[in-house]
Amino acid sequence: MACRIVSKLSSLGNIRGIEQISCRQAATLSAFDIQHKSPVVRKLKSIPKAQYGGRHTVTMLPGGGIGPELMEHVREIFRLGGMPVDFEVVNIDPHSDGNDDLEYLITSIKRNGVAIKGNIETGSLDTGIASRNVALRNELDLFVNVLKCKSYPGVPARYSDLDIIIVRQNTEGEYAMLEHESVHGVVESMKIVTAENSERVARFAFEYAKSHGRKRVTTIHKANIMKLSDGLFLETSNRVAKDYPNIAHNNMIIDNCCMQLVSNPHQFDVMNMTNLYGTIVSNVICGLMGGAGLLSGRNYGDHYAVFEPGTRNTGTSIAGKGIANPIAMLNAAVDMLEHLGHNTHAGILSDAIRKTVCDDKILTADLGGSASTKEVVNCIKKYVIEETSKMKWFD
Amino acid sequence: MALLRKSVQLLLPKVCHNAAPISSAQRLLHSSEAHRQVAEEVERPQGKTKCTLIPGDGIGPELLYCVQEVFKAADVPIEFETFFFSEVHAGMSAPLEQVAGSVTRNGICLKGTLATPDYSNIGELQSLNMKLRQALDLYANVVHVKSWPGIKLRHEGIDAVIIREQTEGEYSALEHESVPGVVECLKIVTAAKSERIAKFAFDYATKHNRKKVTAVHKANIMKLGDGLFLKSCQDMAKMYPKIEFEAMIVDNCTMQMVSNPQQFDVLVMPNLYGSILDNLASGLTGGAGCVAGASYSAECVVFEPGARHTYSEAVGKNVANPTAMLLCGAKMLQHVNLHFYSDLIRNSLAKVYIDGKVKTKDVGGQSTTKDLVYAIIQNLGNKP
Repeated sequence: MACRIVSKLSSLGNIRGIEQISCRQAATLSAFDIQHKSPVVRKLKSIPKAQYGGRHTVTMLPGGGIGPELMEHVREIFRLGGMPVDFEVVNIDPHSDGNDDLEYLITSIKRNGVAIKGNIETGSLDTGIASRNVALRNELDLFVNVLKCKSYPGVPARYSDLDIIIVRQNTEGEYAMLEHESVHGVVESMKIVTAENSERVARFAFEYAKSHGRKRVTTIHKANIMKLSDGLFLETSNRVAKDYPNIAHNNMIIDNCCMQLVSNPHQFDVMNMTNLYGTIVSNVICGLMGGAGLLSGRNYGDHYAVFEPGTRNTGTSIAGKGIANPIAMLNAAVDMLEHLGHNTHAGILSDAIRKTVCDDKILTADLGGSASTKEVVNCIKKYVIEETSKMKWFD
Repeated sequence: MALLRKSVQLLLPKVCHNAAPISSAQRLLHSSEAHRQVAEEVERPQGKTKCTLIPGDGIGPELLYCVQEVFKAADVPIEFETFFFSEVHAGMSAPLEQVAGSVTRNGICLKGTLATPDYSNIGELQSLNMKLRQALDLYANVVHVKSWPGIKLRHEGIDAVIIREQTEGEYSALEHESVPGVVECLKIVTAAKSERIAKFAFDYATKHNRKKVTAVHKANIMKLGDGLFLKSCQDMAKMYPKIEFEAMIVDNCTMQMVSNPQQFDVLVMPNLYGSILDNLASGLTGGAGCVAGASYSAECVVFEPGARHTYSEAVGKNVANPTAMLLCGAKMLQHVNLHFYSDLIRNSLAKVYIDGKVKTKDVGGQSTTKDLVYAIIQNLGNKP
């Protein structure tokens, strides 16, 4: 069993360090754990990836709000750039009370291994219906969310030259969805922290720092109040840090962290944190850098990877008006291409985005420009076509 | 005719004596000019895509010459890297590593059929074709059999995709004589490869909006071997709730194929059954000259005719049907996102067949290979 787990884990190339998970931990996975869907390491069977003849099939979930129009642009750019990716589009009806669509989506991601998604609205307030986004992450055991916050020069922002990596636990903590009313008028919401998941996230953060030449990992917590739960998270990070003597490790309490972020964000390098703090910190940093329309987020599990715009907003209010910022979704596409190993294509697309935003300064309204979605996309298309026509196909 | 023969003669020695890649020099041999400017926006206007070219034995070189001719006329941005690769002319053949390396690098390959002698002169059990497949791990062979307009057939409306596992099963090349007079031939079935081909079939069905996958097996006799294959397919089917799954025994399947072929959508099967059904279905839809196929690995694709026959009797007689090879070329263009050129060639082919004036002998016409190629070139840009 231990062997199987290790071989399973090794499938995610860039976090090889996870292979070191000890046999003891793997052995604690009982059938009971799996059956009761506890938010720890999920036992998932690996099936072959959907990669045939150099082309990948990727599940595309347009989602709600501005998702569908942005996905249309992504597909058009992929076609023009000859990117070797085919999309399997899966739609979810936000108002349905059933989970059939969601189950199909999860099956589809399991088949393809990789997905790109907009945000899904959960229209139903029925307690039996899980939040679609949270359910997706839990079912696929996407235990880590990575947000690469790198400033675009040329975008008006509070701080320039930011370069921070946020590594966030994605499946447990406050998002465990375990709430109940013990007696009338008293509601308890459980925050779950497990050693296994804390270790996986910490390892991911340190491995990421190691492979990308980063110097420091900062663990964000609130262990002074939540001494046991956040305490475990902090303790685990401290323990993992000992395996990486070349990377500095410090910790910071979440409230102080927020203050430091808005006053002196340049001190941060890689940040490692639990679920709720992650969503707060990522929104703070996005705000400092110029808004929700720029950054893309990556969700990784042992077998699956899901790419999405960084701050998970549907943007329903601006849907259909043609003014949504396409950069975040396109950055998600770049991340996806990188993950699939199509580095040339990823480079072409990210260069096109950078040229459009930084050099030509064609920006949508949320970044202080006046361009429409279409104008931004057309400029990116122009650069993509220019570059693609110069390159040799499979070189 | 004379022109073509001359060109083929020009091409052949060139191919034979240069085992090394020829690439750009190859294009100089084309006789026809790019006579039609492509006005529409295309994805990759200037950049050239490289493609490995294996002319093969028999009529292979002639057919691939036809493809190059049409590509040149349509101004397709493809550059060929040619290798002479053959088992029957082993002395002149390029080494396997070189060919495999080129295909891996380019990701795409266009290949004629290689002749496989019944008796190997060096005592090896594995044929060169099989070695290439092993080297590149080309595990999935896809043959799309479709009734082609303008050819009179016994059945109308056939549209089936035959997916064949082609790296194990009966083709494992494990045979031995235990005692004199008793030969054992091992058929290997593994869970990993069965799962892989099953997933390929279902992914193919999903991608191309197909409704049904049929697994073809003989698990009633080979309960363990084919049983494993069948079980892998059944397990995989659970991951695809929107695609119908059924199983069919191979003997019944061949009968159904000749009596009621319209019922089939996507078929998935082990190696030998695939070879038989490929040929059977090709026979139903116009013969070996009309059906294109492709072999996939995770990284690369080799496009080759669906029913692999070298047709050596027809070499140099200008009677071979280049349709299959042209369809392979069109498929290859589609694979590298050159949809515009792919449609250009497909439409032209369809137009020529629907007009019905120019057909080769195998599909009931009187024309030569050259006539057909020039008719296709003339019709580039026309729609059926």
